[in-house]
Amino acid sequence: MYRYIIKRILALIPILLGVTFIVYAIMSFQPGDPARTLLGTGATEASIQQLRQEMGLNDPFIVQYARYIWNLLHGDMGISYVTGNDVSFEVFSRFPNTVILAIGAIVFAVAVSIPIGIISATKQYSAFDNIGMIIALLGVSMPSFWLGLMLILLFSVHLGILPSGGMQNGFWSLILPSITLGAESMATITRTTRSSMLEVIRQDYIRTARAKGVPERKVIIKHSLRNALIPTVTVTGIEMGALLGGAILTETVFSWPGMGRLLIDSIGNQNTPVVLGCLVIFAICFCIVNLIVDILYAYIDPRIKAQYK
Amino acid sequence: MKRQASEISRKYKKKNQFVDVMVRISKNKMAVLGLIIVIIMVLTAIFADVIADYDDVAIKQNMAIRLQKPSAEHWFGTDEMGRDIFARIVHGTRISLYVGAISVGISLLFGGFLGAVAGYYGGKIDNGIMRVLDVFLAIPAMLLATAIVTALGSSMINLLLAVGIASVPGFARVTRASVLTVRDQEFIEAARAIGAKDSTIILTHILPNCLAPLIVQCTLRIGKAIVFTASLSFIGLGIKQPTPEWGAMLSGSREFIRDNPHMVLFPGLAIMLIVLALNVLGDGLRDALDPKLK
Amino acid sequence: MGEKKARRMKTPKVSKNCKPLTAEELREISDKYAVYIKDLHVAFDTQDGCVKAVNGVNMQIEKGKTLGLVGETGAGKTTTGLAMLNLIQSPPGQITAGQIVVNGQDVLHASLKELENFRGKDVSMIFQDPMTSLNPVLTVGDQIAEVISYHENCTAKEAEEKAKEILELVGIPGFRDKDYPHQFSGGMKQRVVIAIALACSPSVLIADEPTTALDVTIQAQVLEMMRELKQKLNTAMIMITHDLGIVAETCDEVSVIYAGRIVEHGTLVDIFEHTRHPYTEGLFNSLPDVTNRTAKLKPIRGLMPDPSNLPEGCAFCPRCNYAMEICKTKKPQKIYDSDTHYVECHLYSCGRQIGDGGEMDA
Repeated sequence: MYRYIIKRILALIPILLGVTFIVYAIMSFQPGDPARTLLGTGATEASIQQLRQEMGLNDPFIVQYARYIWNLLHGDMGISYVTGNDVSFEVFSRFPNTVILAIGAIVFAVAVSIPIGIISATKQYSAFDNIGMIIALLGVSMPSFWLGLMLILLFSVHLGILPSGGMQNGFWSLILPSITLGAESMATITRTTRSSMLEVIRQDYIRTARAKGVPERKVIIKHSLRNALIPTVTVTGIEMGALLGGAILTETVFSWPGMGRLLIDSIGNQNTPVVLGCLVIFAICFCIVNLIVDILYAYIDPRIKAQYK
Repeated sequence: MKRQASEISRKYKKKNQFVDVMVRISKNKMAVLGLIIVIIMVLTAIFADVIADYDDVAIKQNMAIRLQKPSAEHWFGTDEMGRDIFARIVHGTRISLYVGAISVGISLLFGGFLGAVAGYYGGKIDNGIMRVLDVFLAIPAMLLATAIVTALGSSMINLLLAVGIASVPGFARVTRASVLTVRDQEFIEAARAIGAKDSTIILTHILPNCLAPLIVQCTLRIGKAIVFTASLSFIGLGIKQPTPEWGAMLSGSREFIRDNPHMVLFPGLAIMLIVLALNVLGDGLRDALDPKLK
Repeated sequence: MGEKKARRMKTPKVSKNCKPLTAEELREISDKYAVYIKDLHVAFDTQDGCVKAVNGVNMQIEKGKTLGLVGETGAGKTTTGLAMLNLIQSPPGQITAGQIVVNGQDVLHASLKELENFRGKDVSMIFQDPMTSLNPVLTVGDQIAEVISYHENCTAKEAEEKAKEILELVGIPGFRDKDYPHQFSGGMKQRVVIAIALACSPSVLIADEPTTALDVTIQAQVLEMMRELKQKLNTAMIMITHDLGIVAETCDEVSVIYAGRIVEHGTLVDIFEHTRHPYTEGLFNSLPDVTNRTAKLKPIRGLMPDPSNLPEGCAFCPRCNYAMEICKTKKPQKIYDSDTHYVECHLYSCGRQIGDGGEMDA
C-alpha cells in the first residue's frame, strides 16, 4: 500500500513542476517592468537597472523560473507591490478561508448528491427520479455566480434570514456560499452516482446476491454501493478542482475574504507577485487533492490495492 | 436456407445511420425542445440588429429612464444607465454564441489534432502529448484563463484562447479514444499496404469514426464555454462594459440588487436557458449515438 | 400492520393470470415434488417488441432427482431457472402466467421477505459465468459467510468458520477466504460460486451451465464434486446445459426445451435410446462422430426463431426435416409414448415417427 502512495507522490512532482512552469511562463508575458513598477515613475534609469540586476531580471527565463521554485520551496514568493508584505503572508492569511469555503461546498455537494443518486437509481423512472434529474440538469446549466445572486435575493433581501456576504456570522455566513459553490458539483456527482448505480445494479453479482436471499437493503448498500462509488469518487476529485476555480466567483459574489478575492483584487492592482502566488498555491492544492482521491480509490477498489501489495 | 438468411438480413439491414439517429432523437422530447431553443437563440443572434438596434437601444445611455421595472415598453426593464435590458440581452446572444462557437472550434481543431496524433502514433508521442495535457488538466480552467487574460490582456483573441484552452484536453481525450478503437482494425492495415499516406488515412478513415462523440462534446462544451465567458466577464476579465455581454451585465447589476431584482434575473435566465438547451440536446445526442443503448 | 403491508407490497409483480394455489393443492404438490412448474409464461417488454422467452413450460421433479434441461442458447433455460426464484428483472420482464411451487413454497405469491428467506436456503442457483457472478469488492469468505448468516442462527464468527469449511469442501484451502475474486482462476471462482450455492444445504439446486465457462479437465472435477454433494444432501437438481455429454453423466430425467416450450421429456434412457422429437434427433446428430473423423457434420439447418416474432404452429417447423402442412398452422399437443416419456410433435398423431425418411430440403 505504501508503495502505491509513494508512487503517486513521485508522479505528482513532474506535474507540479509542469503546472508551476506554465503559470509562471504565462505570467511572464505580462508587459511592464517589475523594477520600474516598484520604484515608481520618478525613478532614474540607473536605479531601475540596478534593481533589475538585484532582482535577477536580466537572467535567462529558466534561471528566473528555477530561482522562483527554489524560493517557493523556502516559502518565499516575493513581495506584494501593493502592501509591501510578503506574498506568502498575504496568500496564507486568506488560504484558510478559501479552504473552509471549499470544504463547506464539497460537504454540501456530497451529502446531498449521493443519497439522491442512489434513490434515483433504485427507483428509476419514478417521480423522485425525474425531479432529481431535472434539479441536476439545472445545477449543471446555471452559472454559479448567478445562483449566488439569486440566493442572496431570496434569503437576504426578501427573507432576511441569511447574511449576504462576509464571514462575520460564523456558520450562517457559510451556508449560501457553500450552496453556491457546491451546486454544480452536486449536480454532476448526482448524475454520476445515479448512472453508476444503474450500471452496477444490472451486474451479474447483484443477481447472485439476490439469489442468495440477501435482503434488498443490504443488496443496495453493501453490494452495490461500494462498486458504484468508484466513479463517484473520481468525479468528486475532479469536481474539487473545479471548486477551486469556482471559489474565485463565489468569493466575489459573497465578499468572502479568501484567496479568490485576493486574486481578483491583485489582478486589478496589477500586483503580479500576489497573482502568481495565488495561482501557484491553487494549482498545488489541486494536485494534492487529486493525490488524495487516487489513494482513496485504492482503498475502495481492492483490485487496485492488490496491484501494489 | 437461402430464403431464411435473406429474410433475416432484410429485417436487420443497416438503416441509413443518420436517419436512425434523427428518429431516435425525435423520441426524446427534451432533446427536441433543446434543439428548438438553440435554433431560436441562433436566429435571435443572427437577426439581433433587426430586433433591436445596437447603438440606439443597447448602448446609448439614457439616464432619464434608468432603473425602470419591466413594463410594456421595456419588457425586461432598464439598467442603471437607462439601457433597455431586453435589447441588451438580445445582442448578448450574438456575443455569447459567437465566443462559444469559435472558442470551441479552436479547441476542436487543436484537441482533435493532438488526440488523433496521439492515438494514431501511440508510444512515446502518445505518452508525451498525454502528459502535457495532464499538466493542463491539473490547473483548474478558471485559473488558467485568469492567468492568460491577466498576462496577455483582455482582447477578444486572448479571451477566445483562454476559453478554448480549457476544452482542449477534453477533445483530445475523446478523439484519442475513438482513434484507438479504429486504429488496429484490418482495413487500416490494408490502406497502409497500398501505400496511403498517414495523413490520408487519418483524415479519410479514422476521423469519420470519431465524428459522433465529437459532436456530442462540441454541443456540451459550447454551453460550458458560454458560462465560462460570462464568469470571466463577471469578474471583470472578459468582455467589458458597455458591450452587452450577459456576465458583464450581471456584474454591473450587483449594486442594485436590493431594489432592482429584474436586472439580476434576466441576464442569468438567458445564460441558463441556452446552456440548459445545449446540455439537453447534447445528452440526447449522446444517448442517440451510443450503441450500447440500442 | 402498516409495515407488514408495505413489505408485502414489495412483491415482484406477477400477472393476474398466475392464480395462487390453495393450501390443499400446495400440500399435495409439495408431498410429491420438490419442483413443480405448470404452464409458465415469461415475457420481456423491450423497445423491439414483446420477447416471449418462456411459452408454457411444465416441470415436475421429485426429491433427490436430477432433471437435465437441454436446449440451445436463447431457448429460455436460464429464464425458467430465474423464474423459479422469482428473480426475473422486473422492468422489462414479467411472469405472465403459470404456477411455480418449489420445496413447498408458492413462489409467485410469496412476499419479498418470504422470498428472501427462501432463496439461498430452500433453493440455490449456480450461475453460468463465474467471472461476473462474484462481487469484486468483497472477499470470497465474506460472500459465503453472508448466505450462512442470513439463513442460519449463528454468530458472525461461526459463519466465518463454516464458510472456511465449505471452501475446503469444494477443494479450496480455507485460509484463502480473505482473498478477493480476482485472485482466483476461472475454475476456482466457479467452485466458490458452487460453495455459496451449497452453503445452506438447499433442497433444490438450479445449476445454470455450471461448467460451460471452464475447461474440460476442471469440468470433470466440478461435476464429480457436485455429484458427491448431491448424494450427501439428497438435493433435487436442475442441470441446465446444452451439452448432452453432461446430461448423460449427471441426470435422471431430461427435458428438451425449444423456443420456450418443452418439446420432449423423458428418463435418460427414453431420450437417449428412444429419441422421438425431430429437434432432439437433430441435437444428437449434431454431435461429431469420434469414431469416424471424416464424416460430414450434420448440423440443424436454420436458426432459432425470433422470440419477439414466434411463428404460428410449431416453432421448430421451419427447421424440421419432417415438417408437414399441419405443422405450420397448429401447435402440437403432448403425446405420451410411455408413462415417463412424452413428445410434442404432429408426427406421432399421424402414426409416423422420426427416422422414417423425411423431406430433406436442398
